[in-house]
Formats: sequence, C-alpha cells, structure tokens
Amino acid sequence: MSDASLAQATRPDTGEALLHISGLQGWYGESHVLHGIDLDVKRGEVATLLGRNGAGKTSTLLAIMGILAKRSGSVMFNGTETIAMQPRQIARMGIAICPEERGIFSSLNVEENLMLPPRIADGGLSVERIYELFPNLRERLRSQGTKLSGGEQQMLAIARILRTGARLLLLDEPTEGLAPVIVQQIGRTIRELKAHGFTIVLVEQNFRFAASVSDRHYVVEQGKVIDMIPNADMDANIDKLHTYLGV
Amino acid sequence: MFELLGIPPQVLMGQLLLGLINGSFYAVLSLGLAVIFGLLNIINFAHGALYMMGAFVAWMLLNYIGIGYWPALVLAPLIVGAFGIVLERSMLSRLYHLDHLYGLLLTFGLALIIQGLFRNYYGISGLPYQIPPALSGGQNLGFMFLPNYRAWVVVASIVVCFGTWFMIEKTRLGAYLRAATENPVLVGAFGVNVPLMIMLTYGFGVALAGFAGVLAAPIYSVNPNMGADLIIVVFAVVVIGGMGSILGAIVTGYVLGLIEGLTRVFYPEGSAVVIFVIMAIVLLIKPEGLFGRTA
Repeated sequence: MSDASLAQATRPDTGEALLHISGLQGWYGESHVLHGIDLDVKRGEVATLLGRNGAGKTSTLLAIMGILAKRSGSVMFNGTETIAMQPRQIARMGIAICPEERGIFSSLNVEENLMLPPRIADGGLSVERIYELFPNLRERLRSQGTKLSGGEQQMLAIARILRTGARLLLLDEPTEGLAPVIVQQIGRTIRELKAHGFTIVLVEQNFRFAASVSDRHYVVEQGKVIDMIPNADMDANIDKLHTYLGV
Repeated sequence: MFELLGIPPQVLMGQLLLGLINGSFYAVLSLGLAVIFGLLNIINFAHGALYMMGAFVAWMLLNYIGIGYWPALVLAPLIVGAFGIVLERSMLSRLYHLDHLYGLLLTFGLALIIQGLFRNYYGISGLPYQIPPALSGGQNLGFMFLPNYRAWVVVASIVVCFGTWFMIEKTRLGAYLRAATENPVLVGAFGVNVPLMIMLTYGFGVALAGFAGVLAAPIYSVNPNMGADLIIVVFAVVVIGGMGSILGAIVTGYVLGLIEGLTRVFYPEGSAVVIFVIMAIVLLIKPEGLFGRTA
C-alpha cells in the first residue's frame, strides 16, 4: 500500500471518527513504548489492533484510557481532546476498558463486580439484557468474582462495562487463553454490541477471530501503526499479515 | 455461685468485663488501622495520638464551651476526622507510591509532635472527665456489679464495629472501597474518584480513633500519653488479626481483650505480655495473620 493510499485509508472520509488519535507517544517511566500512533475509529465500528507481542497494542489502549500516564500527542474523543485528562475524567466522557488481566476483584462477588463501574450516561445495557447475553453470570451472582472460570471472568469483565453508558469499549485480548466455544460466544457478543451501536477497539493476537468481528485492522509494530487493512481486503492481504505477525 | 480453681466468680467476671472493655477499644482502634492500611497502604502510627486527641477534644468541648458528652460523641470524631483529612491532603498523599516505611515514619513523627504539644499545654497528670449522668451508677447482676458506663462502652463499640463492617462488606460504597484496595488504577479508570475516597477513608479511620477517645475519656484519665500506651497493643492486635482484614481486626480485638482479662485472673504477671506472646506465635505459624488473605 502506498503512503497516499494508506493515509486515505486511515483517514476515512465517510462517517464521523468517534476516536481520532494522532502522534500518540507513551512511556512507562523512562521506557519509550509508543512512538507516534495514528488511527481513527468511526462511530459504531469495530477496529482491531494487530501486532506481535510487545508491539504496543495494550499500551495504546492504556494510553487512550489515560492509565499510561506519561503520554503526548493527541487523543480526540467525540471531538474533545483528552490527552491532559485523568483516567476518571476520560471514563466519564464515555470510554471503558476491559483490561488484558480482566481485573476481576477477588473481594467482590459477581454481582458487586458487575455493578461496580458507575453509570456515566444513559444508553447502557440493562442488567436484564446483560444476563441474556451472559446467562452464566446470573447463576453465580453470589460467587466470589475470581472463583469463576476464565471464560466467565472474561464475560464478567466485558459485561460490567456495558451497563455504564460508555460508548467506546476498549477490549484487550478478550479471547486469550479461552476454549474455542467461549471464543465463539465472545465473538457473537461483540457482533451484538456493534449492532447495538457500541464502538469497539479490540486488541487481538488471533487475526482469524479479529476478521470475524472487525471492520478494519490496524497493524502495530514498534509503537507505531504501520498499516491499515479493511476487513473486506483481509483475504487479499493475508500473506502480508503473516509477514507482519510472523506467524 | 461456682468457684473455679479457687477464683471467686466476682473476680473472674470483673476481670472478664475489664477485658471486654479493653477489647472494645482494641477493636475500634484496630478496625480504623485496618481500614486505613487496606486502602492507603499506610501504617498509621498517629492512631494513638488521634485517639488521645478525641478524648481531649471532648474535654475541651466540655470545659471551654460547655458542650457535654453526647454531642461530643459526634463532634469530637468529626473534628479529629477533619484534622486527619488535613494531614492526609498535606502530607500522607505524597507517600502513597513509596514503601510502607515512609508512611510509618511520618505518622510516628506526627504522633510524637501531637503528644508533645498536648503534654506541653496540659501536663501529664491527667484531666478528669465525668461519666454522663444518664450512665452513672450500675446494675447488680447478682454475681457482679456492672457499671452502666462500662456496659455502654461495650455496646457502643459493638454497634460501631458492626456498622463499619456492614458498610464495607455489604454496601455499594464498601464495594468501591474493597475494589480500590485491590486495584485503585482500574477503579479510577471506571470513573471513580479514588483520591477522594482515600481522603475520606483516612478521615473515617481516624474519626473512629477519635470516637474511641471520647468513649475512653470518662474511664481513663484524659492525658497526653493515653494513646501511646494503647497503640502498641493495638498494633499487635492488627498483626494477629491480619493486616487489612476488617473482620479480623474486630474479632481479634475483643478476643484478645478477653484473653488478657483471663490472664490477669490466672497468671497476673503474664497479663502485660500475653498479647505479644500470641503475636509471636501467630507470626511463626500464620504470618499473614489469623484472618489475613493470602494474595
């Protein structure tokens, strides 16, 4: 892909970008991990960040959320610059994260975990709807959060950010280490959330899973976005992807 | 009435009551320490000084502006809590990213300063504080005489401990607190104002100390060293119960008070050290404490 066509593809001229990131740099202490991330995610779209381990995918999500505190560049959400904001202010604008380690609280039961994130706006899913999506959770409301299976913990981690009214969901490797049947359930859930109007940024190692849910794929390498592949062109670019991901 | 090993029941019951009273103070104070340690990661060595301050604030309210015991039971904890919030905002909040040791040293220094100031102005002989008239006198239970005020101390401490436990373990506010104790970054990323929670938690923890101080004022003389004498035992209680465990702090507080009372009956020479002997044994067998969560 030429620079010009990449620039055109990463700056879609149709639809409104809910999230517009340009020149995002980030550091863990002295360690410089993001070297200028540029990407756009349109309203209602699912976008994936693909890349090798250590490429900067998780760091990008943490930087969007403000958890990676030392950051520069620009992260525009819904037309507002958030680069100088605290994580709690960013959350209040309508962004929610499902972290890679899932972040289920062991001193809270399932229901308390589910109800923990405060409502920040109208338009979240009702608890009843969440139980329809994840019937397992309803049966285990009184269990300690970390006593759930890995798949159930992942569902709980996703479920709890659906009721808050956040419009942009950051999902960090939701399928990691899970059985195929659970991966399929999470895939169905992501498609349903998209249909419900959520905008999603997904970090994935598994590009086959990514291709089944996503509208476009950003390839991250050494803290930069080096390519963007619309999902429709996935097959044509499969060799290139293999090279990027080293699989 | 029965006699046990040649001990008259009046003596036994009397010491058990005394143990329960001491246990009430251990429980309320170690509860505050546990709440603070859980969320702030600060070992609050100023706790004894703030307990003493609670007693002094009650004394000052009465002697300077004529506010009696019952209003002081609410006002003094609020005043001590507000003072704690000033300490947290101005000093403690700068230490959260450092090792426990820094918080311990800072609060230990604060304790010395606060105690020194009170010693300077009020001496060490102790000031009297009358039992409120509604609670003077006592009940003859047949086998022992139960002073009303002491019964009140036990009841009040149980109510406060239970209320605090309920708030932390069973309410939505408590869920925020427990979650922030585990992972403050993620709770912040959900939009919760964690620094505000930390500030109010410290204020609440030291208000508990202030409350215990008011309860203590009519029993022990109000003097600047009253907290320093107690705090070492309370720390042993916290270690035995398990650092940061709410239920552990409460149960261990009462039980150790009773054990101390029993020791005073059967082996008086050991009563001053029995808690520390138990602490050593617990640390050897279960270093995380009896109620401690293994990470």
